[in-house]
Amino acid sequence: MGDIWILRDPHKCSGCKLCEVACSLTHEGAIWPEASRIKVFEPFPGIDIPHLCSQCPTYPCIKSCKVNALKVDPKTGAVLVDEDKCTGCGDCFKACPGGVPRLHPSKRKVIICDLCGGDPECVKVCNLAGYGALRTIPAKDRDLYEVYAVKPSELAKGLYEAYYGGRN
Amino acid sequence: MEFYGYNGKIIEVDLSREKVRVKELDYEVLNKYIGGRGLAAYILWNELGDKWEEVDPLGSENLLLMLTGPLTGYYPGVKLCISGKSPQSNGMVGSVLSSEVAIELKAAGYDGIVIKGSSKDPVYLMVKEDIIEIREAKHLWGLRGREVFLKLKEELRRDSTRGPWGLRGDPAFIYIGPAGERKVRMATVMAKLVHAAGYGGYGAVMGAKKLKAVAVKGYGPMPKVKYPGWLRYLIREAWNVLLKQHSIRHWGTTTGSYLTARRSSSEPVRNWQEEWHEERSYSPRSFEVYWIKRYWGDYGCPTTCMKISYLRTSEFKDSLTDGPDYELQAYLGTNLGIFDPKANIYLSSLADDLGLCGIQIGNLLGFVAELYEKGLLSKEDLDGLEPKWGDVEAFAKLMVKIAERDGIGDILAEGVARACLELSNLKGIELCKYAVHVKGIGVGAHGIRSRKDYTQFISYALSTQGGDHTSAPLLPPLKRWGELWNAFNDSAVICSFNVPEGAEDLPFEFLKAITGWEIDLPLWGKIHGRRILTIQRVMLLLGGPDLYWDPRLHDRNPPKFYEPLPTGPFKGSKVVEDEFKRQVKEYYSALGWDEHGLPTNETLEELDIKFLEGAIKRIKARLKSS
Repeated sequence: MGDIWILRDPHKCSGCKLCEVACSLTHEGAIWPEASRIKVFEPFPGIDIPHLCSQCPTYPCIKSCKVNALKVDPKTGAVLVDEDKCTGCGDCFKACPGGVPRLHPSKRKVIICDLCGGDPECVKVCNLAGYGALRTIPAKDRDLYEVYAVKPSELAKGLYEAYYGGRN
Repeated sequence: MEFYGYNGKIIEVDLSREKVRVKELDYEVLNKYIGGRGLAAYILWNELGDKWEEVDPLGSENLLLMLTGPLTGYYPGVKLCISGKSPQSNGMVGSVLSSEVAIELKAAGYDGIVIKGSSKDPVYLMVKEDIIEIREAKHLWGLRGREVFLKLKEELRRDSTRGPWGLRGDPAFIYIGPAGERKVRMATVMAKLVHAAGYGGYGAVMGAKKLKAVAVKGYGPMPKVKYPGWLRYLIREAWNVLLKQHSIRHWGTTTGSYLTARRSSSEPVRNWQEEWHEERSYSPRSFEVYWIKRYWGDYGCPTTCMKISYLRTSEFKDSLTDGPDYELQAYLGTNLGIFDPKANIYLSSLADDLGLCGIQIGNLLGFVAELYEKGLLSKEDLDGLEPKWGDVEAFAKLMVKIAERDGIGDILAEGVARACLELSNLKGIELCKYAVHVKGIGVGAHGIRSRKDYTQFISYALSTQGGDHTSAPLLPPLKRWGELWNAFNDSAVICSFNVPEGAEDLPFEFLKAITGWEIDLPLWGKIHGRRILTIQRVMLLLGGPDLYWDPRLHDRNPPKFYEPLPTGPFKGSKVVEDEFKRQVKEYYSALGWDEHGLPTNETLEELDIKFLEGAIKRIKARLKSS
């Protein structure tokens, strides 16, 4: 398993959040919406935006971390969090152009998608259900990573316009 | 006792005294009543049972409940159960809608909310973990659904993103439209523009309490479960089963008009004067072209039967609704003589926006249109409107008048059961024979005359929730889609569409894996479910303060169902009186009820609900004197 990247298609996202269910079951052993590494934002009904780490090749989050709690997983390209080192200061989520890293609600340590070590559960369930809003592709094809390295609100504007004619 | 599957806490808000407290839930109570509809029956009985007949559902003394169940968050799909004394039936309805408020409540550490009293000024409730605030809502009062949604969403997002956490999910919320504010008895509790708890009329109860919305945000996991490993296996199993429901996934219930009208001849047409039509324009194919989203669902639902319709052009521009689902295709379509999908989408969108139940309002408008057709109501009676079959604009105008209680709308806002009495008085003619309701609740869009859709004659007549098609008694009582079966789904709180045929044991396996309780479907039917229905039945027969039901008169179908179907493949079919009586007898006896449908002493003993004794005496005394 080489470097991978998760491709997204908000048009295909049903907002069902099975990805969040699968993610939190895998990482927390419980269904836990706010501890999911992937979040689906729905600013308006039907505007469903899957939001997760875009693995910027420049890794601004890692650069911003003063305590060296973040590193790249050499196997997958994902950003891994060293919970012992993380102080929960929030520098990384300020540095991230998409505002992706969040604090775990109880541990108060940063959580970021770790690509499940190379076979992401969110992608599997999204495809099991036939939506295909998430897909795994080789990381070398992520030259357009910045498309998704934005806050959900930015994507929402265009989608709203496409679906509802931009009146909002 | 350790709780599994519950937080063991419920929020109690007294709007009159502006007090909020968190109460512990009793383990034994949960074990007996499970959650949602069952827990609602317990809470309502406990708080209001002794004075049930005097409680005005639209008065400050009524309670409004928002409850989750032990399967919330775990079983695929997320539902919330709304309840209280119903301003439609004067009994109790467990009214279930899709809303992520349920999962947020669990994540915030609660199992539900009880609202008491009523506020002087418009307010909304905000629950964020242990912060529970009653907030001013003057800026939201008077607004229609879509405006409320946009304003509140923005306001709550600012709220929830405060703090050094990073980007977090938005709070979920439920709200009412203008109809609820004006205590229209057909008002819904809404979520995300198109989800509605319609049956029961709890939007009016919320409005009576001056409560515009309830928003909830939680950050924790779902409650601890007894057997986590087994539960994870079951979740996978449920996904696999649900993903095989191809038709409902692809079309939702929008196949309904085609199937129920053409095949089973059981769709209301022109106020149930017929139940058959052959309009090919009304197939799912002609609706799906307007879907901007084919698969849409709430948290954890693999079925995603919801479809979003949006009209970008035409005279109905900017209409936004779901499928529409079958019930609204029927009630805001065929029942009004409307066979144009776009007009149907428009009226459904308007009902959603006003916060009116599409079933109840379509049922009522059909009633009005038939009276107009027959010359029993005139243009003058209807403030200059002429609701002819198929006249979309006239129906739209009436809907707005009803939501605003303007002119004739004020009488009609009382719902078909009360409006027909009032109009009969005013006109000096008996008009209730045209009203298609059972015990104050307009019946769902599934006819019983052809016996090909709802196959038994007792499905509405004996329901503890009146005309509610999602709580329709069947024989044998535990049959799929029967009231006893559905009562579990409403108590656990899950979606009946997520329990496919052949998978009836699955929710009970979830219950066991989550709580450790050994309750299976037969035991549910014998004890737990029967207990809940028996309490609901007693509440319904207590009724009051404005209308009371007499089982000898009201355990009946609407008069229309005793008339033969005039058209279609089942022309001539109607309710067969002897067969109906036989079914009534068999059903009562199966539930342990006497000839009037009142629980026998043995039943009270067996179900451990002897606290109903006094109420039963009150009902019997009333029956004797009338």
